[in-house]
Amino acid sequence: MLVFEKNALSQEIESLVVKYGTSRSALLQILQEIQRKHKYISDFAQQEVARLMNIHPVEVNSVISFYSFLHSKPQGRNIVKLCKTISCDMAGKETVENAVKRELGISFNETTKDNRISLEYTSCLGQCDSGPAMIINEKVYTRLDPETAVKLLNELK
Amino acid sequence: MESKLKTKRTGQVIFSPYSSGEGIKKALSLGRENILFELKSSGLKGRGGAGFPTSTKWMLSAAAVADKKFIVCNADEGEPGTFKDRVLLQEYPELIFDGIVIAGFTIGAQTGIVYLRGEYEYLLEGLEDHLIKMRETNFLGKKILGKEGFDFDISIRLGSGAYVCGEETALIESLEGHRGEPRNRPPYPVDTGYMGYPTVVNNVETLSAVPHIIVKGADWYKKFGTEKSSGTKLFSVSGDCEKPGVYELPWGISIKELLELVEAKNTKAVQVGGASGTCIPKSQFNRKFGYEDLPTGGSIIIFNESRSMLKVLKNFMEFFVEESCGQCTPCRIGNTKLLEGVEKIETGEFTYAYINVLKDLGRTMQVASKCGLGQSSPNSFISILENFKDEIFHTKGQGGKNE
Ligand SMILES: Cc1cc2nc3c(=O)[nH]c(=O)nc-3n(C[C@H](O)[C@H](O)[C@H](O)COP(=O)(O)O)c2cc1C
Ligand code: SF4
Ligand code: FES
Repeated sequence: MLVFEKNALSQEIESLVVKYGTSRSALLQILQEIQRKHKYISDFAQQEVARLMNIHPVEVNSVISFYSFLHSKPQGRNIVKLCKTISCDMAGKETVENAVKRELGISFNETTKDNRISLEYTSCLGQCDSGPAMIINEKVYTRLDPETAVKLLNELK
Repeated sequence: MESKLKTKRTGQVIFSPYSSGEGIKKALSLGRENILFELKSSGLKGRGGAGFPTSTKWMLSAAAVADKKFIVCNADEGEPGTFKDRVLLQEYPELIFDGIVIAGFTIGAQTGIVYLRGEYEYLLEGLEDHLIKMRETNFLGKKILGKEGFDFDISIRLGSGAYVCGEETALIESLEGHRGEPRNRPPYPVDTGYMGYPTVVNNVETLSAVPHIIVKGADWYKKFGTEKSSGTKLFSVSGDCEKPGVYELPWGISIKELLELVEAKNTKAVQVGGASGTCIPKSQFNRKFGYEDLPTGGSIIIFNESRSMLKVLKNFMEFFVEESCGQCTPCRIGNTKLLEGVEKIETGEFTYAYINVLKDLGRTMQVASKCGLGQSSPNSFISILENFKDEIFHTKGQGGKNE
């Protein structure tokens, strides 16, 4: 990471700490904001959070590793999560899954070469009455068929 | 995404007419004692799955002496097949928030926190907008509706994709900025909860019933349901049927009646209570929902004759392996072993002795696991292998086309 990028990230984290406070209960909110913006929480970001909140870096890392929506490794610019739980499975998740894989040329838990999309599976999204369901970044899409799913992905920058 | 057409939903309690703030006004005029009395007589029990009497929970934390108290609304809804809280969060925020304010007033809390699952982040804006309206009209803030000493506000916090955080002590850990690992209980949140303060953790649906009960009274509420299971329940129905969705129905309705209502055909099995629940075969469709026989958080997943029950079971066990927090051995190792067992049945490489060992392991997990996740994860394994043994074992695990 370049020096000015590091400085920018430090500043960003400092302002998050000002916004949410230094109490331990603010940790998850701070990590969520970093995740939302950068799609992962780098080693450097973890160290900065730890330093500013006075928590051991190992603690910060252990919290990140616990939550499936928080990443410590770089992800694509868009994170796509497909529900693999039973109701979506019965509603045709597999056809969506295959179409998406074919179209992007990658498997799940992988990122496209151009860094555009990371594919993940996720557990029940609470949309079981209108599966197959998936989340693209923070938005939920339901009643997918292979064609719409692929179209949605192709629209991502 | 569904539209905000409220007029489309009708129901006896939760989906019955209610105007925003009504419950808070009535509650403030009733006073704490009377609220607790109404709640107790209503017989309302927790709708998050465990079915603990709501009035008892509130009384315990009302009685606790502390300079701060909290109300936590559990909106982590993660049980496979459950989505009724989503409907409430999206279409009935006034019920949830009014319920939280009433709870806060009753136990003497200053703060309400909604723990919203990360998957529902798209609902956050609508919820925040509603909170702003409540602040503008003094249903939140200082001296609510002029009531001296009643200062209360609500904030919303997001989860980050962990089913186990729905367990109330894990949820509190998560709110405190830690890994969402369940705590040993006791102590219970009612005296030692968020930041060590007395905390009431209630499900979204539980809190949504409260304003109706306060406005219309316990006697009205008890007209619905059965003797031991008063009121109504929201059912999240998915799987093989014509009309999936959320239904408000009185306790005491049978599986068969529900299946007719949602237009399910050729039904072979119904999973009641999500992956942690039990799988009910056709021969038992006369059983009734309620604390007398089939208590449930309301997840109903329907399987028709074309489905392989072994595949269903595999999907559930994969869920538990993924979602176990790994803190205790029976659950961490046990679920992996049960999944391995399912895979062996799939390929036909199993002995009946081995299956019996796994069922015993499941029964050990039910008693030895630290929290409800590990305690209930073997339920599907045991009930599916027992109720569908013909299909699973006599067709080399291919299942499905066995009729
Ligand atoms: C693994 C696990 C997940 C749970 N998930 C939820 C949930 O998503 N929502 C919920 O209200 N309760 C959930 N519960 C139950 C809570 O621990 C708690 O009993 C409930 O929130 C209490 O509210 P109630 O009394 O209003 O039902 C879960 C329990 C376990 C063991
Ligand atoms: S039973 Fe499972 S989820 Fe619960 S504490 Fe133990 S390992 Fe964690
Ligand atoms: S099973 Fe996919 S949203 Fe519930």
